[in-house]
Amino acid sequence: MPKVTINEERCRGCELCTTACPKHIISLSKKLNAAGYHPAEVTDQSQCLACAMCARMCPHVAITVEK
Amino acid sequence: MSVVFKKPDALCDVTMHYCPGCTHGIVHRLVAEVIDELGIVGNTVGVAPVGCAVFAYNYFECDMIEAAHGRAPAVATGCKRANPDNIVFTYQGDGDLAAIGTAETVHAAARGENITVIFINNTIYGMTSGQMAPTSLPGQVTTTSPYGRDPKIAGFPIRVCEMLSTLSGTAYCERVSVDCVKNVMQAKKAIRKAFENQIAGKGFSLVEVLSTCPSNWGLSPLESLERLRRDMIPYYPLGVYCDKEPFAALEEAGK
Amino acid sequence: MSDKILMKGNEALAEAAIRAGCRFFFGYPITPQTQLPEYMAKKMPKIGGTFLQAESEIAAINMVLGAASAGARAMTSSSSPGISLKAEGISYLAGSDLPAVIVNIQRGGPGLGGIQPSQADYWQATKGLAHGDFRVLSLAPAGIQEAVDLMGTAFDLADKYRMPVMILGDGILGQMMEPVRLPEPVKELPAKPWATTGTKGARKHNIINSLYIQPEELEEMVRARYERYAAIERDEVRVETWLCDDADIIVTAYGSTARICRNAIRAARANGLKVGMIRPITLWPFPAKAYAEAAKHARAFLDVEMSMGQMIDDVRLSVGNSENVHFFGRTGGVVPTPAEILEAINKISQEV
Repeated sequence: MPKVTINEERCRGCELCTTACPKHIISLSKKLNAAGYHPAEVTDQSQCLACAMCARMCPHVAITVEK
Repeated sequence: MSVVFKKPDALCDVTMHYCPGCTHGIVHRLVAEVIDELGIVGNTVGVAPVGCAVFAYNYFECDMIEAAHGRAPAVATGCKRANPDNIVFTYQGDGDLAAIGTAETVHAAARGENITVIFINNTIYGMTSGQMAPTSLPGQVTTTSPYGRDPKIAGFPIRVCEMLSTLSGTAYCERVSVDCVKNVMQAKKAIRKAFENQIAGKGFSLVEVLSTCPSNWGLSPLESLERLRRDMIPYYPLGVYCDKEPFAALEEAGK
Repeated sequence: MSDKILMKGNEALAEAAIRAGCRFFFGYPITPQTQLPEYMAKKMPKIGGTFLQAESEIAAINMVLGAASAGARAMTSSSSPGISLKAEGISYLAGSDLPAVIVNIQRGGPGLGGIQPSQADYWQATKGLAHGDFRVLSLAPAGIQEAVDLMGTAFDLADKYRMPVMILGDGILGQMMEPVRLPEPVKELPAKPWATTGTKGARKHNIINSLYIQPEELEEMVRARYERYAAIERDEVRVETWLCDDADIIVTAYGSTARICRNAIRAARANGLKVGMIRPITLWPFPAKAYAEAAKHARAFLDVEMSMGQMIDDVRLSVGNSENVHFFGRTGGVVPTPAEILEAINKISQEV
């Protein structure tokens, strides 16, 4: 099953991944990371295609995609 | 489970200092991916600029040199001439490459220096917090063009790819953008070609990457991508401006 | 050891650099040092070296920085206005702990100045070549043989202390011809494990850098560098003292001016005056002890320069009594004559 792992501490909450995702299953979390940003989170892992578009747009290299 | 996408090995496992949504990180990653794919990390030397990418020397696993503002192509020239078998790239912003380092850029290209130049054009000085760049668009408001860049006072933006493509020594220059996944993929292709050209000894290759600076543009990261598409791409059209083999052509002519 | 051959100063410096293992020369034409790059342009391609005429002095010094980063023995040469342009790069060389040799064949200044010999860049070479807390080791040959010998020394010291070394000559030294005995080419160069030669997958990446955002970190780097400078001040002072033991008057000069002074001193001695000479060979580190020693018996010092008086600051500090230190100089490219210097010596001898 496809799996997106977001390194919450490295994420800067810029949202570039959220619009890159064709399934619109990434949004910003309500929680804060240590640097004070709302990290991105996957809301519905089951819909993930493992297309890695989110990771390709991530400027902070915070996303790993597996399948 | 297999890994579909992860941090490239040539990129150090550190948190980069870039602001949220700044696309420097994307371009760093693309350069590192290309270094990994070509298997050249052990004989690559990067030259970092002065500007937002000044700390690039902390982000790449290859050997790195931090150059003075604008001098990266000259430093890369010395480094490449001393060890011609190494792959030498510079990573420079618009102030570094197209203002204070214009002469170094133009002459490295004119010499057909066998180096790879990654040029980030985000139309602003980021490190010093938002001053006018040589690539700032007419009308663009910055801290040193507070009423909008007036070409009658501050002149016109420099289109680097167009300018360098007129030189006999330039092997390759292409303008790409990192505003969407499709363009990011194209940017990577261009960067890969710019490195492959050096490995093949073709000479000076430059990739201009249209990038964002949300913090100093005063826009959100997503709005910044929109501005890049709306305002920058029409002024700085994407595409290949030059793709030739200056020295091969010379040898051909000599026959 | 080969026999002596007749060579022009600029060309002898170039040949000596090649024999010292320098294979990378980056420069820009400027009078009166142009024969040096011209010699390199002829010779380097034949020995597998690189001569590159850069687009500017700024580019040239940064090419030197790039080649030095890659572990090579690299150099550039210029004359006064060109050295000002290289200042930025020299500061970065110092801040990045990189070895390099820079030759300054001085001409008159300020501004475009003139093209005749001068020594008006002493302050620049020894006090403030560019921004920041740093030193450049400065060597001042007074003849072509010495210039040739000091070129090898310059590369060795640059590598030993990982810093820029300057050879400070002038238009006379660059243009005149003398017989010289050239040294045998060096066979082995020191290893440089810090150089950016590519990790080859065998080590962590090397970084050549002068940026330290944390002030404490920068201070630590500068302090460490100053410990090396202290070692240089202790171990690397070079000076010639001549006829000083019984001297009442000590003439002091460096480079070409010292040669002219020698004639004046001989004439003064012939007239019965006890005159000697201190000739600094390293301008930094300055041979302060030689002056302090001479000050124990000498009644007066005469500092002679092709400038309005720059080294005289260091002479006064070294002697510790500025009233005893006199000055004679010509500037703007005018070369002092032995007769003028003798007259200055005679005047002092009547006063003291």
